[in-house]
Amino acid sequence: MILLSHEDWVARRGRFIALWTDARHAYALYQPGELVAVELVDGAYPALSHAGAAWFQRLAHDLNGHTALGATDTRPAIDHGRAADGTGPWPEFKSPEVEGVHQVAVGPIHAGIIEPGHFRFSVRGETVLKLEARLGYTHKGTLGLIRGKSPRLAARFAARVSGDATVAHASAFAHAAEAALRLEVPARAVYLRAVMAELERLANHTSDIGAIAGDAGFAFLDARFALARERLCAAAQAAFGHRLMMDAVIPGGVAGDISTGGAAAVLDALTALEAELPSLKRIFEDYASLQDRVVGTGIVPPALAAAYAAGGYAGRASGQTHDARLLPGYAPYDNFALFVPVEQEGDVAARIRIRLAEIPESIRLIRDMLHSLPETPIAIAPQAGSGAAVGAAESFRGPVWYWLRIESGVIADVFIADPSTLHWPLVEHAAATAILADFPLINKSINASYSGVDL
Amino acid sequence: MWKTVAQHLLSRAPAARQADPALVKTLRERVGASALGRSLAIRVVSAGSCNGCELELRATQNLVYDLTQYGLSFTPSPRHADILLVTGVAAHNMREALAQARAAMPEPALVVAVGDCAVDGGVFKGSPAIAGGAGGVVAVDLVIAGCPPSPAQIVQGLLALVEAQAPLPALPKRREPRRAPRLPPE
Repeated sequence: MILLSHEDWVARRGRFIALWTDARHAYALYQPGELVAVELVDGAYPALSHAGAAWFQRLAHDLNGHTALGATDTRPAIDHGRAADGTGPWPEFKSPEVEGVHQVAVGPIHAGIIEPGHFRFSVRGETVLKLEARLGYTHKGTLGLIRGKSPRLAARFAARVSGDATVAHASAFAHAAEAALRLEVPARAVYLRAVMAELERLANHTSDIGAIAGDAGFAFLDARFALARERLCAAAQAAFGHRLMMDAVIPGGVAGDISTGGAAAVLDALTALEAELPSLKRIFEDYASLQDRVVGTGIVPPALAAAYAAGGYAGRASGQTHDARLLPGYAPYDNFALFVPVEQEGDVAARIRIRLAEIPESIRLIRDMLHSLPETPIAIAPQAGSGAAVGAAESFRGPVWYWLRIESGVIADVFIADPSTLHWPLVEHAAATAILADFPLINKSINASYSGVDL
Repeated sequence: MWKTVAQHLLSRAPAARQADPALVKTLRERVGASALGRSLAIRVVSAGSCNGCELELRATQNLVYDLTQYGLSFTPSPRHADILLVTGVAAHNMREALAQARAAMPEPALVVAVGDCAVDGGVFKGSPAIAGGAGGVVAVDLVIAGCPPSPAQIVQGLLALVEAQAPLPALPKRREPRRAPRLPPE
């Protein structure tokens, strides 16, 4: 950590990842994991001008009461001003001042089986002029629950920050705890974590590609990709004892070894997916009715993706090459020559193509890793030390970052940055380039987590 | 595509799942039969989950579990719903919306809490940001525990609820002995 003056704090350039505060400092994290801090003066710190900083500054205000001096966006993040009976006032949503504009309110309860959040569209005819997302509905007080617990005990909360990326969150949390306590994780645990992370990536990619096709009314791809996801989850259950592999990654290693026959179950699921993928890909590319819905829809220009340091397929479909798995020292990927696809178009189709291209790569990685599993123990017990560190793990939607300060074996402070925080503004921008009926496709193609942001 | 469709038309469907008779009996005693019948529409409300339960709820619709074959379907409107299915903790910021969704449903209606969070807050139990599980806001008829429960467990639970709703088979009516027609008096 580098302590900066107020001038240097504001002038600092780079790919901004996250901002948070504790009792004495405000912290900002930049790629590739550089942590800078500034001292709080009367519970305030100078606001950062990075595009992605707004939500973090609003969150710091609601969580800790710290003010970002000079911030332009001071809307509440998770504090909805709820009374004791749960009722609360609606904020004012401002529309662009043009003739014929009206608002469409959606949520917090959505039509499908998804998380809650409120979307306020300003539309003229069918065209969306502006989207304002009001999040914070799933705020569960996760950070407060992690404080005061040992790393092993707190891993349960990290695994439930965003259920679809439970392996990545648990891994990033473990990386931070292991760095803070200077633990050397056994090689077998490193490999098994990577196998689980790639399985999670495959399960989400297949599920989401199908769901996007389903949103466009193309049920066949939805059904086939949902079946692929089901096979992967069943294999995860057989190999690691849980369909989503929740609580399988713990600080110090992994909770259990891959089961007898588990590797075979995983490899079978991969073979089935690999066999069907070319035909599903051809159907996605050949059907004009589907391509008509996704090509040119919800464009995130590369400059915008760069401004928000977008990660995962949301960034890589818009020219961003960053992937936490390529960071130096991110084991075991340095042994496997990771290929990361990148496109420039930035539309829904490009985001789907990135995910389709990542599927064969993940299949290859899992096979290679399972065939070269080191014969070492699977975990070591964390000792009761002290220290502070950041840890990262690449989830299917981008890099997840954890910051931990551990004192005598107990977590004194924590912050969690899910990539969704930087992706929600992209959803807002992309929605305002399209018509209202295309929003489900755009939203699903970026698929930002609600729970991962609300904490 | 047509090749795959043809393959599936030729393949045999898996055996339908059966509800657990003991669970059906208990539910029948506790919830009782209503006038809802067997074809039930479900409105899912995520009131503060980690999105794990939603993933597994979506999976109940896939080709393996195929929830629709039992007459159960998901509906976007609480006005059309017979079952309110709640996932996640009752986050303070979602309490009002959850209560409104329940109030918008026509009576009679059933409430199912899916996942440990909806049962009692799960790992988040005791957090100041939540009002416990779904029971903190709405009266719950059935809980399906698990973190998250598997699609098979969700299907089993919902099936038991459907079976418990079905009216008991009526006893056959006792027939009156047939009498020979009397001739009118002359």
